[in-house]
Amino acid sequence: MLLSSRSELRTLLIFAAVVLMMPIWLLPLGAAYPDLLQKFAIFGIFVIGYNLFFGLTGYLSFGHATFLGVGSYAAVWCFKLLTVNVLPAIVFGILVSGFFAAVIGFICLRRSGIYFSILTLALAQMCYSLAYSVLTPITNGETSLQMEAHDARLLDSWIAPHVGDGLPITHLFGIPMSGYPGFYFCAVILIISFWFSIRIFNSPFGLQLRAIKSNQERMQYSGYNTRIYLFSAFLISGMYAGLAGSLMAAIDPLAGAERMQWTASGEVVLMTILGGVGTLIGPMLGVGVIKYFENIFSSYNHDALLESFSFLPQPLAEALTFVVSPFVGEGWHLTLGILFMLVVIFLPGGIMEGVDRIRARFSRHKQPQQTEQTT
Amino acid sequence: MSDSASIIFNIDNVNKTFGGLQALSNVNLAVEEGQTRAIIGPNGAGKSTLLNVCVGRIAPDTGVVRFRGQSLTGRTPHDINQLGVARVFQTPEIFPDLSLLQNVMISAFSKRDGAFRFSPLKALKAERQLYEESMHYLEDLDIAEHAEQLAANLSRGDKRRLELAMCLVQHPRLLLLDEPTAGMSRHDTNRTIEILKKIKERGMTKIIIEHDMHVVFSLADRISVLAQGAIIAEGLPEEVRNNEKVQEAYLGGGQHD
Ligand SMILES: Nc1ncnc2c1ncn2[C@@H]1O[C@H](COP(=O)(O)OP(=O)(O)O)[C@@H](O)[C@H]1O
Ligand SMILES: [Mg+2]
Repeated sequence: MLLSSRSELRTLLIFAAVVLMMPIWLLPLGAAYPDLLQKFAIFGIFVIGYNLFFGLTGYLSFGHATFLGVGSYAAVWCFKLLTVNVLPAIVFGILVSGFFAAVIGFICLRRSGIYFSILTLALAQMCYSLAYSVLTPITNGETSLQMEAHDARLLDSWIAPHVGDGLPITHLFGIPMSGYPGFYFCAVILIISFWFSIRIFNSPFGLQLRAIKSNQERMQYSGYNTRIYLFSAFLISGMYAGLAGSLMAAIDPLAGAERMQWTASGEVVLMTILGGVGTLIGPMLGVGVIKYFENIFSSYNHDALLESFSFLPQPLAEALTFVVSPFVGEGWHLTLGILFMLVVIFLPGGIMEGVDRIRARFSRHKQPQQTEQTT
Repeated sequence: MSDSASIIFNIDNVNKTFGGLQALSNVNLAVEEGQTRAIIGPNGAGKSTLLNVCVGRIAPDTGVVRFRGQSLTGRTPHDINQLGVARVFQTPEIFPDLSLLQNVMISAFSKRDGAFRFSPLKALKAERQLYEESMHYLEDLDIAEHAEQLAANLSRGDKRRLELAMCLVQHPRLLLLDEPTAGMSRHDTNRTIEILKKIKERGMTKIIIEHDMHVVFSLADRISVLAQGAIIAEGLPEEVRNNEKVQEAYLGGGQHD
């Protein structure tokens, strides 16, 4: 059974429509250009996977960017060695990051709570160092791994040798993976990822994961080997991250170690919490908000600010620019920090809690204790 | 100890110390299949500790616990449960963030599927049979009307009943009950006694820790008395009731709550 109920189908259809029409409804917000749209979709996949682990089990991983980076490296290697068709690269990216998730998950899940979090952080930093310096022959270290003209591309050269000395571009059976086609490709994968996450949420497996979050000891005394459940969830979410990482490489065939840095791991935690941990769509709202504002705020600099305040008297404009400029451009993270703080203090359940509160205010007939989390 | 074939559960020479405290000293216990054994004793006697040893929550310093001939010592809690031992805890252990129905269904899944089953594609709603069975036990325990509510919102007595439903849905061979009626009204206590009598008819073996003598004498086939970590008496309810040592240590002491 692929979809168990009408409401699931409806959720999925609405989601698909919203995602596929992003280029239209994001137009007024000035966000409807391929680069940003691709980012929305790819990070959407990343948080869906992250939320399947963190949201359902309550285990806070600080190392998920590792799998993102590993997925990218694996995909670029696939482009170099085999073919610039993105499909094998994605499969390869998922498998390799799955392997990393299995090893890291096996080690870290020997502990729970804060110790688990610290173990994931420590292992992620190790992987980052490996990628950045130790394994330079594989990762190309600081300079990032890229395609080169003399790459083998065994499959491609076997089918049709590449002519000319420019680099071939990544494609899906001839469709180039940049611009809007790239976005639509990511969007379709996002929709499939979302469908799978609905299935997990509403399956016995999803319920069992939530039960572990609620009372792990009771799970054990009820006969469950909780560690294998946690491990499976960790593996799935690591593979989601690998999928996202290989899509990044598919759009732009480049893989650098900074993608694996702890700040990147922190970002996915922020997006998930900002949107609403453990809710189906909340984390993606978190992606939308963070990536959108990052895009706007970080593009401002001192001069652009002065320009936009130019309708004010000059001293006032300069004063305002002075006050605001630390929060834009490079300082965008300051703004993000404040935003995050406000949300966590006033809406501990993230944006989704805000949505629920508004909905509760408007709905006449009250419903006590909603237990099914479908939104 | 006993070579009687019908002994399903036995505890041999179990000792446990916490720091300097001898929580269990040389405890021996043998329970026949289908029997309801009550363990009574003053607060701090070590009753809960004994059950903790049985379900693998704590390891005994020495001694073994055997269930159907297999040693339980060193096994994980989930392993012990899969062998057919279920427990109701003194402080209710439930899933507060899930609905009552979900609480019971989770227990039912583990009975059917074992310690692990990866089922991400199947819908919960498609589990008709387990759904009905779970509802049946909620009805049996008079909490079916709250089936869709969060377990966190239940009263303490209802949480206990929920936990009992979670255990019963697994059809355990051995059910361990740690003060199952504490915090319940007289009416609910009597109702619980009825339910426990009913499952006794089905041949389920039970060990029940209880302060309420009304409950103990309504249910127990045999009673063991634990005081300061040691079994000081064991016998039929009448024998124990008239045992002087017991009256001194417990029944007449007025220490129970
Ligand atoms: N995990 C533990 N660590 C230290 N002391 C414990 C632990 N569990 C129980 N005890 C002590 O062992 C004694 C017996 O406790 P318990 O088995 O809970 O008694 P009962 O259930 O008979 O009231 C008490 O003195 C208690 O403080
Ligand atoms: Mg106790």
